[in-house]
Amino acid sequence: MNSEEHIIAPVESAAADEDIIIVRDLNKWFGQFHVLKSLNLNVKKGERIVICGPSGSGKSTFIRCINHLEAHQRGEIIVDGVVLNEDLKNIEAIRREVGMVFQHFNLFPHLSVLENCLLAPIWVRKTPRKEAIEIAMEYLERVKIPEQAHKYPGQLSGGQQQRVAIARSLCMKPKIMLFDEPTSALDPEMIKEVLDVMIELAGSGMTMLCVTHEMGFAKTVADRVIFMDGGECVEEGPPQSFFNNPQQPRTREFLDQILQH
Amino acid sequence: MAVHQPLPDLPPPPSERGLWGWFRQNLFSTWYNSIASLVVGYLLIIWLGPVINWALISAVWTGEGTDDCRPGAACWIFIQQRLGFFLYGFYPAELRWRPNIVFVLFLITVVPQFFPRAPGRKWLALFGITGLPVLGFVLINGGFFGLDPVATSRWGGLMLTLILAYVGIIAALPIGVVLALGRRSEMPVIRGICVTFIEFWRAVPLITILFMASVMLPLFLPQGVSFDKLLRALIGITLFQSAYMAEVVRGGLQAIPKGQYEAAQALGFGYWRSMRLIILPQALKIVIPGIANTVISLFKDTTLVLIIGLFDLLGAVRSTLSDPAWRSVAAEGYLFVALCFWIFCFGMSRYSHNLEKKLDTGHKT
Amino acid sequence: MNSDPSLPPKSSVKPWNDPRVRSAVFQILAILAVAWVGYSLFQNTLTNMASRGISTGFGFLDSSAGFGIVMSLIEYNESMSYGRTFFVGLANTLLVSGLGIIFATIVGFIVGVLRLSNNWLIARLALAYIEIFRNIPLLLQIFFWYFAVLGTLPSPRQSVSIGEVAFLNLRGIVLPKPIFEAGSGAVGIVLIIAIIISLAIARWAKRRQAATGQFFPVLPVSAALILGAPIIAYFALGSPIGWDVPALSGFNFRGGITVIPELGALLLALTLYTASFIAEIVRSGIISVSRGQTEAAAALGLPPRRVLRLVIVPQALRVIIPPLTSQYLNLTKNSSLATAIGYPDLVNVFMGTTLNQTGQAVEIVAITMAVYLTISLSISMLMNIYNRAVALKER
Repeated sequence: MNSEEHIIAPVESAAADEDIIIVRDLNKWFGQFHVLKSLNLNVKKGERIVICGPSGSGKSTFIRCINHLEAHQRGEIIVDGVVLNEDLKNIEAIRREVGMVFQHFNLFPHLSVLENCLLAPIWVRKTPRKEAIEIAMEYLERVKIPEQAHKYPGQLSGGQQQRVAIARSLCMKPKIMLFDEPTSALDPEMIKEVLDVMIELAGSGMTMLCVTHEMGFAKTVADRVIFMDGGECVEEGPPQSFFNNPQQPRTREFLDQILQH
Repeated sequence: MAVHQPLPDLPPPPSERGLWGWFRQNLFSTWYNSIASLVVGYLLIIWLGPVINWALISAVWTGEGTDDCRPGAACWIFIQQRLGFFLYGFYPAELRWRPNIVFVLFLITVVPQFFPRAPGRKWLALFGITGLPVLGFVLINGGFFGLDPVATSRWGGLMLTLILAYVGIIAALPIGVVLALGRRSEMPVIRGICVTFIEFWRAVPLITILFMASVMLPLFLPQGVSFDKLLRALIGITLFQSAYMAEVVRGGLQAIPKGQYEAAQALGFGYWRSMRLIILPQALKIVIPGIANTVISLFKDTTLVLIIGLFDLLGAVRSTLSDPAWRSVAAEGYLFVALCFWIFCFGMSRYSHNLEKKLDTGHKT
Repeated sequence: MNSDPSLPPKSSVKPWNDPRVRSAVFQILAILAVAWVGYSLFQNTLTNMASRGISTGFGFLDSSAGFGIVMSLIEYNESMSYGRTFFVGLANTLLVSGLGIIFATIVGFIVGVLRLSNNWLIARLALAYIEIFRNIPLLLQIFFWYFAVLGTLPSPRQSVSIGEVAFLNLRGIVLPKPIFEAGSGAVGIVLIIAIIISLAIARWAKRRQAATGQFFPVLPVSAALILGAPIIAYFALGSPIGWDVPALSGFNFRGGITVIPELGALLLALTLYTASFIAEIVRSGIISVSRGQTEAAAALGLPPRRVLRLVIVPQALRVIIPPLTSQYLNLTKNSSLATAIGYPDLVNVFMGTTLNQTGQAVEIVAITMAVYLTISLSISMLMNIYNRAVALKER
């Protein structure tokens, strides 16, 4: 059925050679405030990237630009061969292929868990309802809460809600998943259940961009870690060298602060 | 160390218990509270007694006319004598089965809306905003399918009050939703038009709008087109009400967190679909109490149509009271209408209040 | 937007998919639609008026009105112009609105506070008042007071006397009227001086409190000063303010001020109706200050009186004032119901009689609406400024 998502594709394989996300000279301003300063990033298919940095560094804004929740003013974003510009059809095409998980889950409180997962496949992908239900149940199974399908989001714990949010995005069969601090709003005991789902997803070969402070997660699954500060990409590299041997003093300072405890 | 033994629960001291405890806490907690309770209680008893006696115990309920009434007692005879007029206005008595059918359909449509678990509620609601007004017009107005036509000038009484309120709400809600969306639009021209429209109707009194509808609307229309008085009043009421409705709906839209809009966008929904499927269902649910309050004020405002010469419930009673035969029962007449309106408005406000409480607890996550 | 040649051209944006193009087109269409509606209404109106022989323009404002008005705050007689009738009506509207606002605020605040009384009986009575008056149409209440209560009062000869100085009868309420004789100005001046001294005391006390920490009983001292000084001056100058007490002569009263029953009924209904809403606003405003605030202030050792003044009232007012203003606006708009009982307000005089006599509906309705629009918009502008000021303080 959806075989290409279940194969664990090693990043270095020839098939994955092409870049699925290309960001060139990305600049964004909020009024006078220069939030993103000339960012460049190429992401290969199946690559897993963790973006970290202090709050206000522009990391959330950056990944929100990739599915055009924020419009950029200069530079270029190409996602899966589609140029992201003001063209509504392009934006819709990209959003169909890019799933997003938010810090505050943003589940639709008036719909049950299952209906949350059905809404977009039915109305955006135009999947027949029966097929959409099958897919939804499959993903709810994968995030380990099929038994909650008929409850409403308000009746679930934060961790469960976030797992539903992940399942909801996956139901659109995206090629890329964006995670915007998915564990920051959770109680400590619920972080693990969400990270487990994300690790499993990473194992399945999904292209992932995660903004997170979970350094353990970064060490386990990331192919590359990017450190942003003041709207710039300060340092990037594979997790081993990034954590063990950071090149920039700013990166060291940041890592010292968050790894102290 | 001794093992801890939990203490048994003891009953509260006598001052906190029973009827006496309640009295102590609520009426006689301090010396000035005691004095206030006694004075107010005394005044209430000496005042309420005669009022109840006047209105209920020694009141005259049935009879032929004011001659059967006693001084010092309420005279409710006019209700029995003029009930048909109060309910239907000048609507011909032999045709009153037609509005009765519409009224029954109205109850079937509206009552289930107050019970969230009622089956087929959504379909009834759909019927209520589409089929019922059309069917109601066909039946009450006549002129179709061999039904005798009844001119709108003969409609009146409670029937007219309900028609004005119901049509006003049904027409104002969709317009209000569109205006609210327009007011939150990113397009400055659309926003400007909606803001101007909303603020204009909200700034002027309903009376001036009804005056405008009755004297100016005929001038606005192309020659040869004319609306009857009832339709003009309905247009005025709808314009007025839609502006208030828009503000209620806007409140609901503002209460929806930004994340909901973003999640809808991220899933690939366009503007209209995300509004229809995600934002409006939530926003409208939040504002049901607000809508109920709007319904209450509209219901009260329908009385103003008597100023432009329509006979709603208040108008019917007023015209009865201007009849020399019934002139002496003015107080009873107005109290009767007041009670009719009060029952509806109070019931509605209780409903909206309870709903508000429920939403308050239900939406916390 | 982007001119860097190394990047692929932006031409891939199809104009019909570009949100900016779409929104521009949509907005232009909206402007055209509004303009078209406006134009056709205008054209229709012109043709209709021409075919009915209705004159246009504002020239009618200068011609003589020729009808009398029961009550006028400004000088008016039948020979004056239609323009004058506008101002007579406006003044009456402002009078009833202003008085209504004052009375409704007083009653509303009292009932709102009583509603929170820990005396069950009083709280319930306040609740009953609120629920009764706000759930009955205002027009009905006006009729009730006018026809069923004031309409049943006796004729002037059998007036209900209140302490032999004020009288209630079918023609209204007759009150004594103050007459200012020589020397009454001095009493006024003494009053003003007393107020100025009180303000000075308040400033001095505040400064002293800031410097030394000691309190000075400003409120009782100022109250004594403002009330006492003019009274002493009044008697010292030999009672220069007299009262013109109304007296029955023939079939009516002479002297005093007569409040016409229309004004009385309207004022009573507007006050009681609006006060029931204000009471709810006051109650929820006070409740909205969380219990934690009271507890925190009490835990700091502030006495209850100061908790109220320093912690509760400032926070409650912030919640109360915006809806209170909208109630004031409602009251002003509702005063237009005057026309139903014939109180000569703006709608009754200008939109009623003047419109009927001149037939110039468009101009008169437009002027009347413009008046209410001006009142409403200026008050909401003030409200926005207030809200902005309050919101800034929150940061």
